[in-house]
Amino acid sequence: MPIPRRSSDVTPTAAAIQIHELSHWYGSGSMRRQVLQGVNLTVAAGEVVLLTGPSGCGKTTLLTLVGALRQVQQGSVQVLGQDLAGAGRRERQQLRRSIGMIFQGHNLLRCLSAEQNVQMGSDLLAYLSYRARRDQAREWLRAVGLGDELHKLPHDLSGGQKQRVAIARALAAQPKLLLADEPTAALDSKTGREVVELLRRLARDSGCAVLMVTHDPRILDIADRLVRMEDGRLQEAERPTLVTQA
Amino acid sequence: MTLQRWFTALWKSRRIPLSLLLLTRQPVRLAVALAGISFAGILMFMQLGFRDGLFDASVTIHRLFDADLVLISPRSTSSVSMAGFPRRRLVQAMAAPEVEGVTPVHWNLLLWRNPETRGTRSILSLGFEPSDPLFTDPSLAPKARLLTQKGRVLFDEQSRPEFGPVAQWFKAGRTVESEIAGKRVRVAGLVGLGTSFGADGNLLTSSETFLELLPNTPPGSIEVGLIRLKPGSDALAVAQRLQAQLPPDVSVLTKQGFIDFEQNYWRTSTSIGFIFTLGAAMGFVVGCVIVYQVLYSDVSDHLPEYATLMAMGYKLTSLLGVVAREGLLLAAFGYLPAYAAGQGLYWLVRSATQLPVFMDTTRAVTVFTMIMVMCMASAALAMRRLADADPAEIF
Repeated sequence: MPIPRRSSDVTPTAAAIQIHELSHWYGSGSMRRQVLQGVNLTVAAGEVVLLTGPSGCGKTTLLTLVGALRQVQQGSVQVLGQDLAGAGRRERQQLRRSIGMIFQGHNLLRCLSAEQNVQMGSDLLAYLSYRARRDQAREWLRAVGLGDELHKLPHDLSGGQKQRVAIARALAAQPKLLLADEPTAALDSKTGREVVELLRRLARDSGCAVLMVTHDPRILDIADRLVRMEDGRLQEAERPTLVTQA
Repeated sequence: MTLQRWFTALWKSRRIPLSLLLLTRQPVRLAVALAGISFAGILMFMQLGFRDGLFDASVTIHRLFDADLVLISPRSTSSVSMAGFPRRRLVQAMAAPEVEGVTPVHWNLLLWRNPETRGTRSILSLGFEPSDPLFTDPSLAPKARLLTQKGRVLFDEQSRPEFGPVAQWFKAGRTVESEIAGKRVRVAGLVGLGTSFGADGNLLTSSETFLELLPNTPPGSIEVGLIRLKPGSDALAVAQRLQAQLPPDVSVLTKQGFIDFEQNYWRTSTSIGFIFTLGAAMGFVVGCVIVYQVLYSDVSDHLPEYATLMAMGYKLTSLLGVVAREGLLLAAFGYLPAYAAGQGLYWLVRSATQLPVFMDTTRAVTVFTMIMVMCMASAALAMRRLADADPAEIF
């Protein structure tokens, strides 16, 4: 898909994500609990990395830290060339514009049609005219196979369709990094497989790195690399799947 | 040219109208909000309309006088309690070179007997020399001549119906006679003046008849002295000079000062202004509560969606802008039905009470401003809920 690159883009570096000795705690005092213990991870530009592991092992926390949604406590996190340790609210908000996010639930805006939801993503590209942003939104919906459902409200779409709209929305902002948290959780296995394959194809086409948290063993083969997390620590896992189901 | 380019740029950079869609895609909530705002607006229109209408009505007669300056007794407090002062003061005022003419006026509330039911009721009665000009309306002069005969009165056909079917009877050609303060009078003609706050009806008569109806009036005492100045005179300067020259038993007012004097009495010395202003304030508060409730629950319901937008990289301020625009839209949409209903209700009030209640620009703007403040204040309060939208919690 021919999409203009932004000239003001983050400086191209080898890695989309570079994490070094990242630790994170929740709570304070005697309730203080460590969720991440010296995590190291590098995701190259355009690489698709899947992160697995049992519930509560800190996967989602890692995702929110990389997604600039949380303040880094200890260690260093570089996302798209920007250091997140000590980054202020405004810097993190700016960085988030270059990161696409796909959630467990679709998190679409209920009062907006599919097209308008996707345009909420492309509206972040302030340098484009309204018409260009709308056309882009339509293109993306066509790319996810929803060219005929442009004006439907999320309410009238199936679960798989909603998640595909969410993918289109995340990609419409032309991110360099896509974070996905169990995007197949609410879908049946066939739909889930389709959605994830679509996600990988579109991310590849636009040169976007993907870090995806998943429990779903059936989709592990789409990854360039598998990472397993246990008790706040990361370990590389081999591909294809010899990982047991979490 | 640059302006056009600016508009084009603005038009091109527009975004999805999220506020509008949030409102219109939830029609029930929108209807509740609009009903609440309109109700508040109607309440404000009614209360302020009544208040201004009543104040306006209190000076119906005052506006009609053909005068540049007005002498009254400093002991007078309002049209319903006018005190007397020596008529000589009016003659003294004539010494000023700018004065062109004067009219002494007797002014009192007298008891009129309804010719049909025989019940009595207070009517505002003015006594003047029929040959002197009283009102600016020239149609009075020929009717005033009828008053030269003793015991004749001119009846205000806009008086409330409680005074009896005087106008109908008179128009039907009947001789209408009644009693004022126990003395027989005959209606010699009809005038159209209008009721006011203090007076349900009005009556004009000659000074001679007036003194006969009120024989206890001290000789040489009048309640109001009208002074007409030569064209081009500075009324305010003459008023100040006369006030300095004349003894302190009279107040010299301009005509506007005389109107203000009357309105000021109703405004400050009675609770009318307070009551109606309080009524309008109630409407304002009720509106605030409703709009706040609607916006607050709207923000609460969409909290995960707002958090998603923040995660996507939208600024908090642009989301606050969404709530603010919702407030603006509600204000605009809610005002229109309130305005229309206000017009309708004013018409009803006018036809039922003869009070001069009109939709004037000032009040239309005042109520619009109040609704705007109401919606924006509520939006500002509802925005605090947005602080609870934590994008880190949505994964």
